[in-house]
Amino acid sequence: MQTPLALLQPAHGAARRPGFIGWLLIAPLIAWLVAFVVIPALILLVYSFCQRDELGELVFSFSLENYWRVFGYVHDESGAFAWDPTYLQIFGRSLGCAGLTTILCVLIGYPVAWTLGRAPDSRRNLLLTLVMIPFWTSFLIRTYAWIIILSENGLLNGLLQYSRLISEPFPMLYTPGAVIVGLVYSYLPFMILPIYGSVEKLDNSIVEAALDLGAGPLQAFLNVILPLTRPGVLAGILLVFIPAMGMFAISDLMGGKRVPLIGNVIQDQFSGQARDWPFGSALGMSVVVLFSIAFWLGTRRQPES
Amino acid sequence: MVELRNVTKKFGNFHAIRGVDLNVRAGEFLTLLGPSGCGKTTLLRMISGFDAPTEGSVWLGGEDVTHLPPYRRNVNQVFQSYALFPHLTVEENIGFGLRMQKLPRLEIAGRVQSAIALVSLQGLEARKPGQLSGGQRQRVALARALICQPKVLLLDEPLSALDAKLRHQMQGELKRLQKMLGITFVFVTHDQEEALTMSDRIAVVNQGRIEQLGDSAAIYHAPQTAFVANFIGRANILEANAVGVEGGFIRLRIASGVEVLVPNPNPSPTTSRLVVSIRPEKIHLQSQRPTQENVFEAVVEEELFKGPTHQLEIKTASGLSLSVMAASQSIMQTAFHKGDRVWCAVHPNDIVILRAD
Repeated sequence: MQTPLALLQPAHGAARRPGFIGWLLIAPLIAWLVAFVVIPALILLVYSFCQRDELGELVFSFSLENYWRVFGYVHDESGAFAWDPTYLQIFGRSLGCAGLTTILCVLIGYPVAWTLGRAPDSRRNLLLTLVMIPFWTSFLIRTYAWIIILSENGLLNGLLQYSRLISEPFPMLYTPGAVIVGLVYSYLPFMILPIYGSVEKLDNSIVEAALDLGAGPLQAFLNVILPLTRPGVLAGILLVFIPAMGMFAISDLMGGKRVPLIGNVIQDQFSGQARDWPFGSALGMSVVVLFSIAFWLGTRRQPES
Repeated sequence: MVELRNVTKKFGNFHAIRGVDLNVRAGEFLTLLGPSGCGKTTLLRMISGFDAPTEGSVWLGGEDVTHLPPYRRNVNQVFQSYALFPHLTVEENIGFGLRMQKLPRLEIAGRVQSAIALVSLQGLEARKPGQLSGGQRQRVALARALICQPKVLLLDEPLSALDAKLRHQMQGELKRLQKMLGITFVFVTHDQEEALTMSDRIAVVNQGRIEQLGDSAAIYHAPQTAFVANFIGRANILEANAVGVEGGFIRLRIASGVEVLVPNPNPSPTTSRLVVSIRPEKIHLQSQRPTQENVFEAVVEEELFKGPTHQLEIKTASGLSLSVMAASQSIMQTAFHKGDRVWCAVHPNDIVILRAD
């Protein structure tokens, strides 16, 4: 039976395929992705199998050398493999930093997002704006602000000394802790916003139903609220973990050279002193693979039981 | 079973509930009936524990529960939107309350099975709420609340989202379940017909107060206030003057030419100016002057055919307008039409003196 309204809607199956207009509308996106993601990634892939000469110029070849290096095997003078896990350690440290950052962002961000999502409409926009205000200043300025706060003669040390809690300045800047502080600070809004989206959609009567059926606040959270806001938490984890993993500016500025992360190493290969594009490409590709796995883990549908 | 003692609830400056006393008897089906915003849902939420009274106390089975959180009260609620857990199956939804009590798995499984049978949801155990029809969701919500064996089941307009036919069916089922299980039901609705059909007693709520509490027949036939008379069914609310007492009756003068006798209530009214209510269907129209008391003459001003009933607007010579409702006659029989002169008769018992507010 065709009602007049049904005629306006595409038939079943057709809804998935965009028509000519549809393709036209997404063409800019596709062009952008091809030009700035697909082609560079392919170039990176090709480079990663190449070599470099003494001057750092690219030499086309096909070699797995760079990937062996990433995973800790290097040729020594005699040509035999030697074990050097420098880059695995940096990978591990980056994973650790990104993981810890993500966990801290969840722990700090969830209560904030919950408060935002449950706030009365009148106050909600104000609170949301407060979350987003840091974006109005440049990332670098915000990071330098942290340097001012954490440095040896900085605000925090000054305050602690003034209040006589410590007598000597406590080294805070250029420590792994400073890097974590910087990362958490920078990425917290990316955790808060998606969780807020989930919390806001959560029908209050569902929470009330859980309480009504005898669930205490913790039980209600674990059995009802958390499962129903999980999509937001997962989105937040992806949005925080992936960029935190690739970040190099914060570890550079707040960690000094003491806490290099994988992002610093890669940057060093391309624009720094190391100047080894093929090795940088191999590191980059390894990170891409790692992200793909993380993304797949985060977004795969849970099997319906 | 449930007792509200002098309960007041303020939201900011707004008085949602003003000094309500209510005693719900064990095993009864009590309905809180009123227009939206009258405070009936707030009353319910104070029993379930989602809102705390500003003043007064809430008692449950002889225990003061005023300060107990919802999860410590042995009451359960069926929510207006059902509030099923969308990530859980029918079975898991229904077993939720028992899982929170940490009962043994086997006991939970058994009780869930019997609850599913109770509301005839066999075969849908593994579905998610999104895959159910409105009526089925309603049953899940009901089973989920009943499985906890609450002292009182609270129902917040549980049928308002269903279509008319399903609503009638569920009304019958709810009533049957309540009788069978013997659980006290407190039911909130704005639908007067639903209230009249299902309730043992009705509390009519208006502007944060209970206007009248009584069984369906009393609420309908003997409304105490103009609000109750108007809200439940239709009513002609008329001002009248008491002009004399004749035996057990008061003679009321409603308008010139319209004088009626009404039974003298106990206690007798203290003023001569009174307000009375006459249901439209209690005014009987005849073409010849009847011999009984309480008759007056009028002209049909307007007629509306409403299917089973025929609604007429009539006006007396002195300008008094009244609504009259009569069962529809068969098409061959002549009813009264616009312009017809009619005689009206009202039985004295059908004129109700209202409480002045």
